[in-house]
Amino acid sequence: MNEDKFVYVIYIAATPEKVWKALLDGEMTRQYWGRENVSDWKPGSKWEHRRFDDARTVDLVGKVVEFVPPRRLVLTWADPADAADVAKHTRVAIDIETVGDMVRLTVTHDEFKPGSDMLRKIANGWPRVLSSLKSFLETGRPLKTWA
Amino acid sequence: MREIDKVFKALADPSRRQLLDRLHAKSGQTLNELCKGLDMTRQAVTQHLGLLEKANLIAVQWQGREKLHYFNPVPIHEIYERWIRKFERERLSALHNLKSKLEGKRP
Repeated sequence: MNEDKFVYVIYIAATPEKVWKALLDGEMTRQYWGRENVSDWKPGSKWEHRRFDDARTVDLVGKVVEFVPPRRLVLTWADPADAADVAKHTRVAIDIETVGDMVRLTVTHDEFKPGSDMLRKIANGWPRVLSSLKSFLETGRPLKTWA
Repeated sequence: MREIDKVFKALADPSRRQLLDRLHAKSGQTLNELCKGLDMTRQAVTQHLGLLEKANLIAVQWQGREKLHYFNPVPIHEIYERWIRKFERERLSALHNLKSKLEGKRP
């Protein structure tokens, strides 16, 4: 009954507002993620995960499902080749909670369709992105893997 | 106790590693599912899961009345980032695959 679902949790010494900003601000994502998330962030709008190369290559596309600053962001998440094929879209929910003087950031990625290549791509991706975000917010330095 | 100390303490126990292996193989299990076929009492499993959760190695989500446990690889990834340099990754992965092939285990 359980389809594939991945839950990633990281604790970051920062405020929810700072973490929220770090997810959306291109100048910040550039440093710890090497990409930018582009959208007008209205529910129903498109969003794109773009590189900073000359072509501004689009690596991921999807729609904004929920946008509740600074607590919850829900997106659909797909390979650009599958943009028109909604059946192949996966879903990412990002939740930000305050725990003591830390923030608990939870990424829940589900709605994978059988045979989806996305599973392999994200299995390495999220832990790297989240570790890099934590390092960036706590020390000002992202992980070197993005250099 | 510091975060990283909790991770190493949690990983130091074979029963807890076994529970992590089972969640790694199939994420999102209830306590009942996890207890099946294990040589541990329900109380022991509950205790181990609590320690793993405190170390942030598992995440818990409710689905209706069911409490589901998910493997969270993020703390282990942080250990990896701390000691494995970027240029070493491909070669280490090749060595790991070679060992797995020769010893007949899956990579």
